[in-house]
This record gives sequence, structure tokens and C-alpha cells, in this order.
Amino acid sequence: MATKRTLLQSFTTPFGEIPSAAALVAACIVWALVLGVWAIASYGGYVADMFLPVPDAVIRRGISLASDGTLFVHIWSSVKVVILGFLLSAVIAVPLGLYMGTYKIVQAALEPLVNFIRYLPVTSLVPLFILWIGIGIGQRVTVIFFGVFFSQLIMIADEAHAVSRDLVNASYTLGTKRNEAIWHVIFPAALPNIINTLRVTMGWAWTYLVVAELVAANSGLGFISLKAMRGFQVDTIFLAIMLIGLLGLISDMAFRLLRRWLCPWAA
Amino acid sequence: MSMKGSLSIQDVTLTYGKGEKRVLALDGISFEVKPNEFTVIVGPSGCGKSSLLYIAAGLIDATSGSILTSGKRVVEPGGDRGMVFQSYTLFPWLTVRQNVEYGPRRKGMPAPERNKLVDRYLNEVGLTAFADHYPKQLSGGMMQRVAIARALANDPDILLMDEPFGALDSQTRHTMQKLLLRVWEHSHKTVAFVTHDIDEAILLGDRVIVMTARPGKLKADIRIDIPRPRNPDVELEPDFIALKRRILNELRDEIDEDH
Repeated sequence: MATKRTLLQSFTTPFGEIPSAAALVAACIVWALVLGVWAIASYGGYVADMFLPVPDAVIRRGISLASDGTLFVHIWSSVKVVILGFLLSAVIAVPLGLYMGTYKIVQAALEPLVNFIRYLPVTSLVPLFILWIGIGIGQRVTVIFFGVFFSQLIMIADEAHAVSRDLVNASYTLGTKRNEAIWHVIFPAALPNIINTLRVTMGWAWTYLVVAELVAANSGLGFISLKAMRGFQVDTIFLAIMLIGLLGLISDMAFRLLRRWLCPWAA
Repeated sequence: MSMKGSLSIQDVTLTYGKGEKRVLALDGISFEVKPNEFTVIVGPSGCGKSSLLYIAAGLIDATSGSILTSGKRVVEPGGDRGMVFQSYTLFPWLTVRQNVEYGPRRKGMPAPERNKLVDRYLNEVGLTAFADHYPKQLSGGMMQRVAIARALANDPDILLMDEPFGALDSQTRHTMQKLLLRVWEHSHKTVAFVTHDIDEAILLGDRVIVMTARPGKLKADIRIDIPRPRNPDVELEPDFIALKRRILNELRDEIDEDH
């Protein structure tokens, strides 16, 4: 008889494959559990609705904010800050990280400083940013940039550094010049991992959004959340949290698609 | 005599490390390879035979001495010295076809000419049907066939081969040796081939150079007069076995001295 594994066996096999239907069901069960606990706690009156809104209140709040368009103004304001901060960081971190991972001298020059800065809590720098930049969008973008850039740089440098030496050597024996190797060999070889790094660090950009908006903003999801707290509108806070999660999920998927599109060979 | 394709190794010495940990890897190696000659270098592991190829390729520097290829002193890597490595070094982001045309494309060869060249080499290594595959989709033997085609398509003066079949199973290795013999009959490039497989050395080479255990020195230089074209059946001929015995004896001294 063939050694076909039972479902239970495939679930309990380390690194074992599972049917995609099982994966979907498992994810749905967890979501249903979380939403179920929320529904019971709120509809059942176990938690006062001042602290935990009923689910339909969150939906109704969403609809009412969406109907007069203000919700989209806030979403766009946040998306703009995240994208600007993230792009600014990536545009510098990708080439600079590539040079850091490729050339020892660049690494030696930058790494000590970068490692010092990347362990500074971004929140501790916020007063400085406000003093220097003010409370406009520049301040919010700067918070995102500082939250993402330095770790992103180190991670991309690591990816560049991990490219096989033999790959570079092989390119030399095919006529590639020393100064060409970084863009002709190291960059394409590291690209799938660089996109992965961007995907992970994009998540951090979203986590720093609320920090950026809590301090000084007059629009955005973090801003309406803060305003709602003052007015005890817990349903708005829930709405903002969920939208941030949803937007993060969408950007994550976008990077997965980008990787599949740019690097079909690494699938 | 034309210098193109010649390889001249002149008193090459290589040391690793510093101070107490300093290791002499190559100790005054000298020999000449004539254009169009297939030279195989054998030796115990750690004798520095691969390092010698890396020095010829310009990928590492000799501590002293020099190497001349086509009469020019080696100071840096270049496309005139093609290399096939033991590890798989195809560019994973390029298809088989794009890998093979990497060198000609760099040189700015026009597309029609380039396509013809690539088709010819893909056909020669039997991978026409895999032209649009990515390296990830190939077996180890297929990847090394592409690596050989890629190196030859760039038309180097000299082809350096560092145990190119070392990571393959014995079945595939035999197929690859046959393929390399056939391809070489067509191109007659100067080849410097490093291996620790004595059968492979005799089957492929015009000449087998035996090196000593560390520090690597020249131990013997044996001409292989088996007529070409050859095929792996020669491994059962008395001439072949006599040569094998001779090389084994040279190597045995080295391995015994080691223990």
C-alpha cells in the first residue's frame, strides 16, 4: 500500500506540505475565533462599550466617515506619509547598502555610525524633529525615514555581502570589469532578497505611522485615532487600527507580486 | 610560434596567512603549456593545484613569480582566460541562452551573429531544448554543460577548468568527459584542467602534470600519447593502464609521505 500520509500526519510533520484548502480553513478559524471573542465580549455586555465597541458600530462608523469623504482624506494622508518616508529611505538604502556590502571600505566607514543610530528609539528623536522641521508633513516623513532607513541599510548590505564570490569570479573570467561587478552581478543576484528586505521594512514604516501622527498632525489615521480617544469614540480607534492593518497587508502583497514579476527566476 | 593561447608558469610561489600561521602552498612551480594543448594537473588535495588556476585567471595574486598567457603577464582577471568552476556559477537571473551570450553581448557582438553562436554552442552541449530555462530548473550536469558553453562562447585564448565535474555523480561525470572530448576536438583551445581523478586526467589530457603534496611542487610531467579522437573505452587499454600505474606511483609517494 502506498505510504500516503493522513492529514493529521502531514500537519504534524516538520516542514510538511499541507493542502491549500487546509491552510485557508486554518486561517479562517483563527479569524473567526478572534472576531467571535470580540462579538461575545461586546454584544454580551462583558466589556463596557466605552472600551470595546460592538463590531457593527465600527462598520457604521466606517460608512459614515466614508460617506462624507473624510475617511479617504485621512487614509490618503497616512498613505502619503508612509510611501514618502519609505521611498526616501529605499532610494538611498538600496544603492548605499549595495556599496556597503560590496566594498569593505564603505562598510568600515559607515557601519559603526549606522549601528549607533539604528538602536536609538525613534520616539526619542521626535522632539528634535519638531524643533528642526516643525509639525508639517516633513516631520512625519522624517519619523518614518528614521524608523526604517538604518536597519534597512544594514539588511541590504548583508544581502549584497552574501552574494557568492564564485559568481563574481565567473563574471570576471567572462570579461566583466571590477567596477562593473556591483551592478552587473551583485545587484541582480541580491535583488530577490533586497525586495524581501523592502517588504519587511515596509511593515515597519506602517508601525511608525501612528508615532509620527500622534505627535503632530491634523489628518491621517493616527490623528483620527488620537482625536477619537479624547472623545471616547472607541469605534473610530478600532476603525483606524483595522485600516492600518489592511493597508499593511496590501503593501505586503504588492511586494510579493513585485518580487514574482521582477525575479521570476527566484520563484 | 604564435603566442596566442600559450600559458607560461614561471617560478610561482604562494603563501597563505601571516607570521606563525604562514603556510607555503605553492613552491616555485614552473611549466609551459603550448597553444592548443590540453594539460591536466593532478595532485593530492591541498597541493595548491586549484590555486594555480586561480592565479592564472587573475583571481588571486601569486606571492612571487609570474604567469604569462598568450605572452602577456597576468595582472588581473580578463575574458581572454575563460574558467569553469567546480561550484555552479551560472547567473541564476539569466536563462541558459542569456548565460551563454553573456560574454559576446558584453563585447557588443551584433544580435544575429550572437544568436548563431549561442545556438551552435547550445547544440554542441545538447541543451538547445533548454535555452529558455533558468539555471534553477537544470540538473548539476546540465549546469556544468552550460558553464562550458558559456566559457567557450566568449572565445577565450585559454580555458581553465577547476575540477568541473568534481561535484557530479560518476555516471554524469562519464557523459561530461565524453562531451568535453567532443567539444575540444572542435575548438582545440588551450586547456588547463585540474582534477584528482587519474582516469579523467589520462582520458582528457595531452599531458598530465603531477604535483607534490603541500607545498605544491612539480613532481612529474607525463606525455599522454593515446591517439585522438578518444573515447572512454581507452580506459581498458594496456597503454592506459600503464600510464595510470605510473601516475598512481608518483602520487602514492606523496600520499605516503603525508602519513
